[in-house]
Amino acid sequence: MIPATFEYHVPRSLSEAIGLLGSLGHSGEEVKILSGGQSLLPLLKLRFARPAHLVDINRIPGLDYIKEEGGVLKIGALVREAALESSPIVRARYQILIDTAAVIADPLVRNLSTVCGNLAHGDPANDHPATMLAIGADVVATGPNGARTIPVRQFFTAVFTTALAPDEVLTEIRIPAPPPGSGGAYLKLERKVGDFATAGAAAFLILAGDSIEGAGIGLTNLGPTPIKATDAEQFLKGKKPDAATFAEAARRAAAATSPNVDRRGGVEYKREMARVLTHRALDKAARRAAGGK
Amino acid sequence: MASSMGSSSHKISVTINGARLEAEVESRLLLVHLIRENFRLTGTHIGCDTTHCGACTVLLDGVPVKSCTVLAVQADGRNVKTVEGLEQDGKLHAIQEGFMQEHGLQCGFCTPGMLMTSCALLEKNKNPGEDEIRQAISGNLCRCTGYVNIVKAVQHAAAKLR
Repeated sequence: MIPATFEYHVPRSLSEAIGLLGSLGHSGEEVKILSGGQSLLPLLKLRFARPAHLVDINRIPGLDYIKEEGGVLKIGALVREAALESSPIVRARYQILIDTAAVIADPLVRNLSTVCGNLAHGDPANDHPATMLAIGADVVATGPNGARTIPVRQFFTAVFTTALAPDEVLTEIRIPAPPPGSGGAYLKLERKVGDFATAGAAAFLILAGDSIEGAGIGLTNLGPTPIKATDAEQFLKGKKPDAATFAEAARRAAAATSPNVDRRGGVEYKREMARVLTHRALDKAARRAAGGK
Repeated sequence: MASSMGSSSHKISVTINGARLEAEVESRLLLVHLIRENFRLTGTHIGCDTTHCGACTVLLDGVPVKSCTVLAVQADGRNVKTVEGLEQDGKLHAIQEGFMQEHGLQCGFCTPGMLMTSCALLEKNKNPGEDEIRQAISGNLCRCTGYVNIVKAVQHAAAKLR
């Protein structure tokens, strides 16, 4: 399969890239940013997408950092999933990110695919969105007027649609450093390695003594956008982290889903899997918050 | 180097298996087609064409990637290693020897990709366990062997390289 024709642009700086997005966009032709390309190139080959221009950001220096600064983990636009998985900081303190990266596609795809691209693509079947919703991440969108910060919960506006403007690049993900007594986990049900999730659940808990001080739950491929299960999150606050609490939260999370029917299953089955995975993710997050695995 | 100006055609230079080759390519040309059709190195296979099977795996600056999901122009100025680059001076690479000794293939279609992924694994991990090998090759599909002999082949090569 061969993509339709397009013009390829390879800017050497972020400002050049943003300038190109603006000037090419003015013509009314479709412009896409090429980062890892592991979602975009398959779409081009299938001709589901036929942009007139690709702006390849891979040769822009300085966008492949992972660093903790002022209590925030910062992930630059060109951080590959493989780099996230092998990052010592991430391995030591952000187990939920390792859970997530490890189940995305396969290792060869992860050598190229980027964490920021996984969000910017806006696919409800992608895995990082649920995790970023659970842990309360922000994204930084950089455009002609500088950078702005968008909470991930406001980022996914419709299927394959995000809050990014056509002349903005998602340049960074910002994740609050996990406070003491916190833990997170991401679980994905997939038919085989590399498949999109039948259902996926991310849970993040902050425990204080015998009660839940903060909770985040994100869900994958269970609706037109990644889902933040706010009703379940609210329910968890102030409760004891026990089986009955988690069962009710999982029930509420499943009620927030609107899955479609496909070869991975029907509505009822996927909703039930959402419940089971949320419950297990909460259990695992609580174990990790208590210092376990 | 490809110009930063937009264009639908590009003069590129790629080092393949140590030899610097030049080509004029369309923007939409895939790396696997550059390798097979422009450079006539047909050891790299096209299996699924949909980023699933890994038959087209090559090393791009030493990292295994699916060459059906990279544009040729993205390889400009970079190093590509294909299955043809494994053998040196008429002597098989240890990973090729391993696949031969342990019967790590039947039809052979997935083999070039398996070899490149395994080769990259052994660069990073001199003594991979079965789980690590299975993880590493999980983006390379084999429909003949059930993977058992492929795992043995990689272990054979690892032992030989140590």
